[in-house]
Amino acid sequence: MIKNRITSNAGSALGGGRSPLINEKNFFARLTDRRSESRGKALIYCSALLMIIAVTAITLFLTLQGLRSFVVDHLNLWTFITGTEWYPDRANNPSFGAFPFIFGSLAVTFLAALIATPIAIGTAIFMAEIAQKWGTKIMQPVIEILVGIPSVVYGLIGLSIVAPFMRQHFGGSGFNLITGAIVVGVMILPTVASIAADSIRAVPDSLRQASYAIGATKWQTIWRVVIPASGSSLITAIVLGMSRAFGEALAVQMVIGNARNLPGSILDPAATLTTIITLSMGHTTTGSVLNDVLWSLGLILLLISYVFIVIVRYLAKRGEVR
Amino acid sequence: MKKKNLLAIGLVFILSLTLVLSGCGNSSSGSSSDSSKSESSSSAALSGKLTIGGSTALQPLAAQAAKEFMEKNPDVQIEVQGGGSGTGLSETQAGNFDIGMSDVFAESKSNVDAKALKDYKVAVVGMTAAVNPKVGVKNLSKKDLQDVFTGKVKNWKDVGGKNQKITLVNRPDGSGTRATFDQFALDNKTPAEGITQDSTNTVKKIVAETPGAVGYMALSYFTANDDSVVKLSIDGVEASDANVASGEFPVWAYEHMYTKGEPSKLAKAFLDFMMSDDVQTKDVPAQGYLSVKDMKVERDATGKQTDK
Repeated sequence: MIKNRITSNAGSALGGGRSPLINEKNFFARLTDRRSESRGKALIYCSALLMIIAVTAITLFLTLQGLRSFVVDHLNLWTFITGTEWYPDRANNPSFGAFPFIFGSLAVTFLAALIATPIAIGTAIFMAEIAQKWGTKIMQPVIEILVGIPSVVYGLIGLSIVAPFMRQHFGGSGFNLITGAIVVGVMILPTVASIAADSIRAVPDSLRQASYAIGATKWQTIWRVVIPASGSSLITAIVLGMSRAFGEALAVQMVIGNARNLPGSILDPAATLTTIITLSMGHTTTGSVLNDVLWSLGLILLLISYVFIVIVRYLAKRGEVR
Repeated sequence: MKKKNLLAIGLVFILSLTLVLSGCGNSSSGSSSDSSKSESSSSAALSGKLTIGGSTALQPLAAQAAKEFMEKNPDVQIEVQGGGSGTGLSETQAGNFDIGMSDVFAESKSNVDAKALKDYKVAVVGMTAAVNPKVGVKNLSKKDLQDVFTGKVKNWKDVGGKNQKITLVNRPDGSGTRATFDQFALDNKTPAEGITQDSTNTVKKIVAETPGAVGYMALSYFTANDDSVVKLSIDGVEASDANVASGEFPVWAYEHMYTKGEPSKLAKAFLDFMMSDDVQTKDVPAQGYLSVKDMKVERDATGKQTDK
């Protein structure tokens, strides 16, 4: 049948002199024909458009809901972002200061990156430079398994092992900022390691060979040539890990303690934007002030994740120019 | 050809838009047709579909009762969801839940028209403070309890316990447990900051493992042979079911089921079943609640307690 089609197409092409695929059938028939070019095109356009619509719709919806607390409930934007007192339930004079949560989110993110980065980069160098065969055969699957572990499992381990450990060695309740950062740090470790390994592998071999040719040792080559050459993509790996840490809710909620005041030290319980949303959302009624304020926290969360994405794009662009 | 391409893109755009929009509209239109269906069935045998949702504290009891109700009425399908008290009230008011479960009076929540909702008090839950056993405190006066939770007292030795720093374990804002404890144990004083956890099991685990920790939870979570946490008496009154029923122990709350206006025939039948002796004497105590029928006192939405 295909053969027939081809010959008939060839015939019409020869005769008519115009492209047979386009004029052969009408628009709808082209969409339903299995072999048609247009159908594949339509499917792909459709998915791309749905993606764009989803992003725009989420942003729009969150913006509209998030602005309610300022437009409808007349909260002051500045005191909302900088205020440190969060007492939405207080009968007289409720106060909504979200700064402790913004601070908590950023603190957990940066501490987690601080914990994860050295280990992740070390693993990446091991996989990509030192033990390439072993690295791809054994380390790569191990890291993929680690990526696949659900965050609730990390949270449970944190709750049953890390928090009691912190309690025994540093006092207090064990539920604090640094416990949260450790749990999230371990969680983002495989993400950072696998992206970093890819970027190290992408460094051209000619650079390594040139380095060895002028008498550099393996370590000197790694330290002075490979790492600087993959520099900005390594930072991209770290930023991507940080954006995952920033959005994590469940594992953090189980170990950070969720205290709503500003932590005095890394050994004090804290709360993040995500944990306060997941803790309180179900208890609020639609349209109440607390509900609106939680949407505003979600909007802040979205805006800060956009900043992370902008950073990643900027770094990727800089890498290309080089 | 270019024109046709544009047409194709436009068509695809409209198609995806309708997909998105119809996805949004579906939930409300679907459930409204459900409820009208359940009302229209006027024959003797009950049939139709009920959606119940809200408080996760009441969810196990509702699920158990729903299971028994469906065994008796095989044509009835009841779906019990969680979501939290606030969600239960909002969705019931919006008409998406046929019955909404709540740990608190609808009057205490903003943006809910309590007059449009009909209240059914299906059970009573007592709660008290849970203390780490190593603290050595089994009873506190109400004033001392308030000092502990408002942060006036920072060490257990000031209220008769061991020399141990106090660690508070709170519940999140809007939680029914927190609202009840704040209102009846702390007399509406604002508790100081501490660890906050939503799930009672997590609270219990933290209190049991952390030296000097104190939290609060429903009485059903203190089991007889379990000494991992201490059940605190207040003003010398033991937090027992009997003392809650007689009104001597102050920290308790109703578990509510709300319908929007008058319930449909099916919802009414289910609510009647919830209040029947079958559920009230068997399932309610089994799930750790007190039957409303055993209560010798009652309370209104403002928290005023009167003898029955």
